[in-house]
Amino acid sequence: MNAAAAIEVEGLVTHYGSRLILDGVDFRVAQGEIMVIMGGSGSGKSTLLRHLLGLHAPTSGSIRLLGKDITRASADEMHELRTNMGVSFQGGALLSSMTVAENVMLPLREHTRLDEQTMNIVARMKLEVVNLGGFGDLRPSQLSGGMIKRAALARAIVMDPKLLFFDEPSAGLDPVVAAELDELIIKLRDSMQMTIVVVTHELDSAFKIADRITVLDRGRILLSGTVDEVRRSTNERVQDLLNRRPREEEIDADEYLRRLTGG
Amino acid sequence: MAETPRSGIAQNLERIGRACVDLLEEFGYYFALILESLFWLALGRSRRQPVRLSAAAQQMVEVGIDGLPIVFILSFAIGVMLAIQGIHTLKQFGAETQVVLGIALSVTREFGPLITGILVAGRSGSALAARIGTMNVNQEIDALRVMGINPVRYLVSPVMVAMVVMLPLVTLFSDLAALLGGAVFCNLELGLSYAAYWDQSTSFITTDDILQGLSKSVVFGVIIALVGVTNGFMVSGGAEGVGKSTTRAVVLAISYIVLADMAFTYFLNK
Ligand SMILES: Nc1ncnc2c1ncn2[C@@H]1O[C@H](COP(=O)(O)OP(=O)(O)OP(=O)(O)O)[C@@H](O)[C@H]1O
Ligand SMILES: [Mg+2]
Repeated sequence: MNAAAAIEVEGLVTHYGSRLILDGVDFRVAQGEIMVIMGGSGSGKSTLLRHLLGLHAPTSGSIRLLGKDITRASADEMHELRTNMGVSFQGGALLSSMTVAENVMLPLREHTRLDEQTMNIVARMKLEVVNLGGFGDLRPSQLSGGMIKRAALARAIVMDPKLLFFDEPSAGLDPVVAAELDELIIKLRDSMQMTIVVVTHELDSAFKIADRITVLDRGRILLSGTVDEVRRSTNERVQDLLNRRPREEEIDADEYLRRLTGG
Repeated sequence: MAETPRSGIAQNLERIGRACVDLLEEFGYYFALILESLFWLALGRSRRQPVRLSAAAQQMVEVGIDGLPIVFILSFAIGVMLAIQGIHTLKQFGAETQVVLGIALSVTREFGPLITGILVAGRSGSALAARIGTMNVNQEIDALRVMGINPVRYLVSPVMVAMVVMLPLVTLFSDLAALLGGAVFCNLELGLSYAAYWDQSTSFITTDDILQGLSKSVVFGVIIALVGVTNGFMVSGGAEGVGKSTTRAVVLAISYIVLADMAFTYFLNK
């Protein structure tokens, strides 16, 4: 890999309260790459994403986005960086007090000096990109789950960001819409050279869009590699995940008893 | 607590200590929030992240205009009650015509700001906590942050402006409504004409009385904004959490208002 890294995480350790969640995560995404983060439920995918977004301060480790270490960045540097980032949250997180079009326009309104007319046109264009042309005047509460995800994507890409983060793009969507979203993600990378990080549970989707896949397990990185490398991996837990096998963990009898009795 | 008495006392002390720390933390948070929203109001524009006046205006309508009918009704009722009680008390000294003085002063110095503060805390404080709490639960606050939109600038500063501007105005309105209530009752009971009532009232009330009421109302406005916003930001645990925080915001805001009122009145009248 000779392309410059857009995202570089080194030795990331994080806690919620006193509970260790991520334990020494190293992670690198090259510019223009689509990186998919996979892993079982509770393995720390969303937590990793939230740290990449600078929403929490890690216990230790560094996170460099576009060359800037966000664990040390000043508020102004962070602000600057955020105008180059787009995020689509799992639940969409559209502002419910505004229409869809106003939501999409919000970053433009806050960060650019475009006039109203231009902002309107840009917002409509982005809504067309995600196949929501003509739905701009609805409120988020009037949209279906899949439409909300697409509207959130439109808002995420309205500033033409260099980094795009996507939490569970296809969870809970019908297969056709999910496939459309996958196409869209690939198209965004190809046409705009965005660096894209996607958290997903869907194997098909992951294999279709990923350049590389990172598998998280209980707060550690199990494997980081190309799609083929992941497929060929002999790691048992990776194979469990790929083949949808139930976990075959050995139960430590003492530990189990201790948990049950709450001691 | 089936332990020795010593540990019982220690536990209680510990609990009290922890409550004090929590309280201090909360007040520290309020203080930081005031500073940060002032920061954005003062310097936002020069950093190209201005506080939106349109958002403040919308809040002003919600805080001020929408609540006027209920403020009028309750203030009017307070005015009537003050007149009833005043006349009843002063009758014993044969001095019931002095009631106008009592009404005028207690309304402008005390009841106008207090009733306004309590009503706005109930209406807007709860709405504020619920709105921000829901945004928090739906990750809308996170979305704002990752879009590079500071939540304090975007959500808190406009509310501060709206409260600080509207509470004194609504208080003035409440003063007038309460005086009117008093006037109506005095007219019916004592046959005092409205013109005479108005003349007497305006000759009694000094600028100081009005300013005392208005400055209180500014403080109440800041309290409502801080408590509402903070409880919204602190919501955790879904819809149920929003409900709890909303209730907490109203109860706390009203308690702080009454306590602040007491302190204020004490120091201003020393
Ligand atoms: N706000 C929070 N407070 C405390 N603990 C949390 C919080 N959010 C997540 N956790 C804990 O962190 C761990 C990792 O959670 P995370 O949400 O990152 O998992 P995930 O990999 O995204 O799972 P899923 O696939 O189910 O979304 C879990 O054990 C969870 O209990
Ligand atoms: Mg998750």
